[in-house]
Amino acid sequence: MTPTQIKPSLPTLTLNVNGKLHSFMLGEGLHEVSPSHTLAYTLRERLGLTGTKISCDEGACGCCTVLMDGKAVLSCILLTVECGEKEIVTIEGLEDPETGELDPLQQSFIDHTAFQCGFCTPGIIMSAKALLVENPSPTRDEVKEALSGNFCRCISNYHVLDAVIAAARKGGGE
Amino acid sequence: MITDYRYIGKPTLRKDAFDIVTGKAKFISDLTVPGMLYGKILRSPLPHALIKSINTTEAKLLPGVKAVLTYKDVPDWKAGARPQHVRVLDSKVRYVGQAVALVAAETEKIAEEAIRLIKVEYEPLPAVYDVEEAMQPDAPLIYEQFNANVLPPESRAFGPRTLQEIVIGDVDKGLAEADFVVEGTCAYENIPNPLPPETPGVIASWEGADNLTVWSASQGPHMFKVTLQPLMGGINIRSIGSPVGASYGSKYMSWQFVMPAAALSKATGKPVKLCFKKSEHLAAFTVRLGSRIHGKVGMKKDGTVTFLSGDWLVNTGAFSECAQFMIAVGCGEAQLMLRCPNWSLKPKVICTNRTASGQVRGFGGQELKCALIPLLTMAMEKANIDPVNFFKKNYVKPGDGYYWRDGEWWVCQGTDYTRAIEKGAETFGWKEKWQGWLKPTAVDGARRRGVGVGVHGNADIGEDVSEAFVRLDGDGKAIIHCSLAEHGTGQRSNICKMVAEVLQLPLERVFFTPVDSLVNPVEIGPVGSRGTYAIGNAVIAAAEDAQRQLFEKMAPLFKVTPEDLETSEGMVYVKGKPGAKLPWSKGLHYYGACLGRGRFEPDFSKPNFMIVFSEVEVDVETGKVDLIRVVCATDVGQVIDPPSLTNQLNGCLGSGGIDSALFEETIIDKRLGRIMNANMIDYKWRTFAELPEMELVVLETPVAGHRFHAIGVGEIATAPGPSAVLMAVSNAIGVRLNDYPLTPDRILNALGKVNAAKRRGKQ
Ligand code: FES
Ligand code: FES
Repeated sequence: MTPTQIKPSLPTLTLNVNGKLHSFMLGEGLHEVSPSHTLAYTLRERLGLTGTKISCDEGACGCCTVLMDGKAVLSCILLTVECGEKEIVTIEGLEDPETGELDPLQQSFIDHTAFQCGFCTPGIIMSAKALLVENPSPTRDEVKEALSGNFCRCISNYHVLDAVIAAARKGGGE
Repeated sequence: MITDYRYIGKPTLRKDAFDIVTGKAKFISDLTVPGMLYGKILRSPLPHALIKSINTTEAKLLPGVKAVLTYKDVPDWKAGARPQHVRVLDSKVRYVGQAVALVAAETEKIAEEAIRLIKVEYEPLPAVYDVEEAMQPDAPLIYEQFNANVLPPESRAFGPRTLQEIVIGDVDKGLAEADFVVEGTCAYENIPNPLPPETPGVIASWEGADNLTVWSASQGPHMFKVTLQPLMGGINIRSIGSPVGASYGSKYMSWQFVMPAAALSKATGKPVKLCFKKSEHLAAFTVRLGSRIHGKVGMKKDGTVTFLSGDWLVNTGAFSECAQFMIAVGCGEAQLMLRCPNWSLKPKVICTNRTASGQVRGFGGQELKCALIPLLTMAMEKANIDPVNFFKKNYVKPGDGYYWRDGEWWVCQGTDYTRAIEKGAETFGWKEKWQGWLKPTAVDGARRRGVGVGVHGNADIGEDVSEAFVRLDGDGKAIIHCSLAEHGTGQRSNICKMVAEVLQLPLERVFFTPVDSLVNPVEIGPVGSRGTYAIGNAVIAAAEDAQRQLFEKMAPLFKVTPEDLETSEGMVYVKGKPGAKLPWSKGLHYYGACLGRGRFEPDFSKPNFMIVFSEVEVDVETGKVDLIRVVCATDVGQVIDPPSLTNQLNGCLGSGGIDSALFEETIIDKRLGRIMNANMIDYKWRTFAELPEMELVVLETPVAGHRFHAIGVGEIATAPGPSAVLMAVSNAIGVRLNDYPLTPDRILNALGKVNAAKRRGKQ
């Protein structure tokens, strides 16, 4: 997809989210991206990608986790204007774009009922995804460690661990 | 009895699973309504003050601002229980964080800016935080109408005899019969926050003179028609629910976010969205009750309790959301765990100048148990009784009676939980680990292990009325009309399983209407573990009624009586003649349907039960406590969905549960009245890296009164834990501890290793 052409004199920002490019004018207007906007805000309020959740909005709970160049980051403490050159993947971008098939991790969360209220789930899946990209066959302790920044108040944690380990196994890990 | 069900007891796909893992589930903060404005609340910086003046001129002039409301121009809506004493905005503030002014604007940012432009002049008043100080004659009076800051007892909520104390038998007689008498003060006053990840939120849209549509993350959206309509001048509310980003009870009584949004919508004529920030959620929304007991217990050598007397001082903070309802339930639950003939337990609900307490998982019972069980253990220690034996002896048995929240005497017709206790103890290895009172299980240098146990149960699995309709459509689908919100337990899916089982229909062909009071009958909501038994029974009855109607319509087609028919896969058969079959459409046609109706009437005769065993390791050098292992044991009659149940039971750690014994607390700086840890870094919560070993023991002794012989236990998972951990830590370090949380400073203090200096801001 080609970014929309806009007058070169206006400051713009192009974001690469889930493989699609989106161009914004920078500013304080209703449809613009302000230099003070967080990535979480832009994803949710400008792109309608509400799968990324905001809970604490200050970097403490992991609900807003997305991938940036393959690494898990907290989108509530990143400014959108810092993300111009990066590849962002949100929970909406995990399915296979061609077939619509779920990522094995998503399927494993379904199979293990690895959620209760589900509000923390997108963030946890994104953190787990980043882990599996880096370490395809983590131990249970490594999964625990990797997810330690993710708050799950319902305590679905035990099922989450089962789901991540099972997905890793299916993915060819140990 | 059929035990090999098609869906019941088997893991099935949660209906909302796909939406949850793909981010498509729309929580309230994800919704927008065309033309919507954003609401913000200006909150009080002072714990107790009169508002001398408010100047909103500048705020109103800010472009994009559509309304600024103060106590002078909001509708005169009052909430709180009871009599209603909290005005939506008032000329007096009673805690840091109380709403002072409301703003609606085109964007959140403009609303935030406008909030900063409002100028308020306060006349500060002295504040009080401790319940006993609050009752002194010279204490500041928080409400003119409540003498000594004590709220009046409730006399209506659960009927004319609403339980407000436990007075049974003759305490003096019990005193004479006791071999041991102990007296002491135990408290659970760290007021943990249930802290669901999603903050409270709502969109309110006022239409015409008196129609209000509300989209909200309420745990019981339909209840707005019962609780809020009368408080808001008899308007008509249409309440639409969304998936709840968890609640743990806290988003049930929702006026704190619904009323401000409704006032703004009324003032602007536009829909208004109001979602709290996490800091507001932590500092200005409801927390647990504070609970302190000065009590006295008499016990015989064999563990028979001869009397229990005392004052139960309940700190409800700046207002009572429903504290008197909660003590009604707490008082009932105390009797379930204690077969005691002589009682005099007198609760008092007291207001103080901190954010208010409200409904949280455990509803009065957890708050009471966490103080009452430590008091009882003082007597057990004297009598040298193993607490597991004590609980086994004392937990309510079939045939025993108790006064429930309605003040009526109910006789237990439920399960005998002795086996669950024994199975739990065996799984935990209690016999091997228990070394006696204040004795560690094992010592390894500075590290000492200890074990403890706690129990809880309620008789609310059959509380309140539920109504449901089940509609059978000609195309072989069943639609459940019920305003049950999904708040994380998977209950909407589980209810679908029950209907699929009754009608022998594939689960994919059972649907649920959206949570909307306009299309569904009355539903109190999934509280008090009532989802399985109360809601389940209403829906099952509706499905059976619909099936009966279907058979009546179709019997003539087969020239048999309706009793001769059965159904599966959307086909109707003559029993015993698999060849004689017709699809539902032959009876209903594609343009027809039949609507079954089900209703559940309250029944408090079946207490549920949970026992929690815990093992801790305490480092006596550093004071750090690690939770090593937890075993929960219960009996649910029949499991509906295994993974939902294990999730719920694992939940015993969070939502102000077990961890409220260890590190969860709301810390108030008493010089300023402010909460010092109103963020998710300073408010401590358990991470993945610190999960204890968890084992669940679930028995299935069939229960009468439910087609699948099942009862719920989800709500009660948290309640037994804190006292179990308190006991375990006391045993590990050999020193009795009587309050929470067991932070390192308290442990070292108990061990005499640090000065017993008062913790700043808290006792
Ligand atoms: S919302 Fe970003 S870390 Fe909590
Ligand atoms: S599932 Fe509710 S917080 Fe994790």
